[in-house]
Amino acid sequence: MTAPYPNQTLPARGPVAMFGLIAAESAIFTIFVVAYIFYIGKSQTGPQPKDVLEAPIFFSICLLSSSLTIHRAVEALRKGRSMSFNAWWGSTILLGAIFLLGTASEWHRLIYNYGLTISTNLFGTTYYSLVGLHGFHVVVGLIGLITVMAFALLGKVKPEHAPRAYVLSLYWHFVDIVWVVVFTVVYVIGR
Amino acid sequence: MATETMAWPTPRVASRPFVDKLHDWVTTVDHKRLGLMYIVYALIFLVIGGIEATIMRIQLIRPNNDFVSPQVFNRMFTMHGTTMIFFAAMPMVFGFANYLVPLMIGARDMAFPRLNAFSFWLTAFGGLLLYFSLLGANGLYGAGNAPDVGWFAYAPLTSLAFSPGHSTDYWTLSILVSGFGSIGTAINIVATIISMRCPGMTFGKMPLLVWLNFVMSAMVLFVISPLTAAQIMLLIDRFLGGHFFDTQAGGSAVIWMHFFWIFGHPEVYILVIPAFAFMSEIVPVFSRKVMFGYPVMVGATVAIGFLSMAVWAHHMFTIGMSANANGFFVLSTMAISVPTGIKIFNWLGTMWGGKIQLKTPMLFCIAFLFQFLIAGLTGIMLAAAPFDWQLAGSYFLVAHFHYVIVGAILFAIFAAFYYWFPKMSGKLYSETLGKWSFWLFLIGFHLTFDFMHIPGLLGMPRRIYTYEAGRGWEILNLIVTVGAVFQAVGVLVFVYNLVWSYFRGKPAGNDPWDAWTLEWSTSSPPPDYNFATIPTVRSRRPLWDLKHPDDPDWKYE
Repeated sequence: MTAPYPNQTLPARGPVAMFGLIAAESAIFTIFVVAYIFYIGKSQTGPQPKDVLEAPIFFSICLLSSSLTIHRAVEALRKGRSMSFNAWWGSTILLGAIFLLGTASEWHRLIYNYGLTISTNLFGTTYYSLVGLHGFHVVVGLIGLITVMAFALLGKVKPEHAPRAYVLSLYWHFVDIVWVVVFTVVYVIGR
Repeated sequence: MATETMAWPTPRVASRPFVDKLHDWVTTVDHKRLGLMYIVYALIFLVIGGIEATIMRIQLIRPNNDFVSPQVFNRMFTMHGTTMIFFAAMPMVFGFANYLVPLMIGARDMAFPRLNAFSFWLTAFGGLLLYFSLLGANGLYGAGNAPDVGWFAYAPLTSLAFSPGHSTDYWTLSILVSGFGSIGTAINIVATIISMRCPGMTFGKMPLLVWLNFVMSAMVLFVISPLTAAQIMLLIDRFLGGHFFDTQAGGSAVIWMHFFWIFGHPEVYILVIPAFAFMSEIVPVFSRKVMFGYPVMVGATVAIGFLSMAVWAHHMFTIGMSANANGFFVLSTMAISVPTGIKIFNWLGTMWGGKIQLKTPMLFCIAFLFQFLIAGLTGIMLAAAPFDWQLAGSYFLVAHFHYVIVGAILFAIFAAFYYWFPKMSGKLYSETLGKWSFWLFLIGFHLTFDFMHIPGLLGMPRRIYTYEAGRGWEILNLIVTVGAVFQAVGVLVFVYNLVWSYFRGKPAGNDPWDAWTLEWSTSSPPPDYNFATIPTVRSRRPLWDLKHPDDPDWKYE
């Protein structure tokens, strides 16, 4: 008996699983964002957000443009242009690292200039939790990106690995989109 | 025909060293072995949680009893609730999903076998972490050992001031770790169902068990994650001096309740939807009829999935929400009884006019129908906010949710055990012992949980470690405890049946129930690769088509 459905194609499992992870992560971030919004203006002691926070415009632009570079990297890999892939993938890592540097300098300023730690007041608790949770995801993404970069420099990343690079890029896009939400909540609404 | 099984002779290797066998199990990535490990793990915790329940029932058997101290009683109900939900019910559900979903969709394994093993071990070590608190929770404070904050651990009870020592830390870490395991398995099940179906198995032709587990796994993604987030916040509060739930610093205890119940209520549906899934496979086979209203069943399940995420605050009527909020949650809660009611009619319609075979799994299914209906009726009573104000926190509420979790979910799990035991072990269970276990458990269940409603109506609060004589609660509590004994004996008969049949049972053959889904087309137990050739399906009942080539289902669907 010949199979009546010879041309059945199912979605690839990698992106499906990544979308599943993104769904779960979105729920986690939603809870932290809700907590942040719920506690805006409820701190009983200073410092308050409007006194100490400055919108990190430059670092946000860096992170958001890394979505574009990783997209170009995956496209380059699909077409087999490995030098181009290395360049775009490397610049994604660089942009992500610059963003983390921005977070680090902001935290340094808040801790040493204003004495704001996670236990100072409600603002500190919610701010470091939300921004820290996002920063943690950037770190995890960077570890993944750097791992791929190491293999790429050894010449092991081939066009047939493009679907896997694409799955990682989905995660990176998600981290960027979450930053749009975090930025809006922390630096626009919350200030 | 592609679905035909090749009869492989099972080679009997004389006796391999125990260490080798253990190594095979510990390092396995096979979905069937992981499924069995989930199920056995869940059974062990079911017994542990049952022992904790028995200790509470012995304490409450008569007024002013001093079988255990109040402190131990608090630990018992906390450990009982946490164990049963997170380490008995959830692994049980995931175990059956792991075992059955790939077989039913004609796949050789899950989409991510190694993620599957990783998720199992996370859950397993989560359970160990919870029970390690008995040894490690004292800390430097000499404070209590096991967690004693209740299974929903309301703030500010969990703050450092009220929970010194590490018992609450072990509680929150164990739930965090097992939650990661649950999310991993849910992602795996979703990816398996979307990406690994055999040729011809469109979404409209998937067995209902697969459909319902798909909805359940999607819910896990959106529902376990808020709990994970809340546990991270609790850890920040306890270890880093955060103020999320610290009311003295402007934090809110109520927001913990919201976060917990956003998880907590859909969790009930995460557990009961797989129970619906077992019903939807077992009832048609033992009624010798095709499932009545397949598309409606799928639609009702999806509707429950969505609705269940908008009802959580009915657990919180007594905190004093606004009238609008109360009204919304009353209506959304009552609305959920519509799709659940539809399902009951689906199963009744399947049984109607069928040649019903009263085998043990079917007995459990019929009991499920009655008990789930009653649980739903008391649910509607409690959904009315004024009624809830009166009875929230009483034994009426305890009786209600045990009616759902034991009367519906556990009964369906028993049905599934008996139904798929021949497939998993290759042996037939003893029908006589099966019926004994059913009747003993049924009598025990009704003695315990029917009579538990009444002391609640008479005003007996939950979680009290003892009560005074002369309130009219004595005889009722005695009956409730006697019921627990019947249930324990029923479970012992059930376990004895499984063990005895595994070693002494008659060979089951591929298809002892003359069933219709793909798992019955392969040998019992299935080989590592499940199917020698990947099957092709043309209808919802591929084995019916195979057995009745003159009258196949695909002509009518």
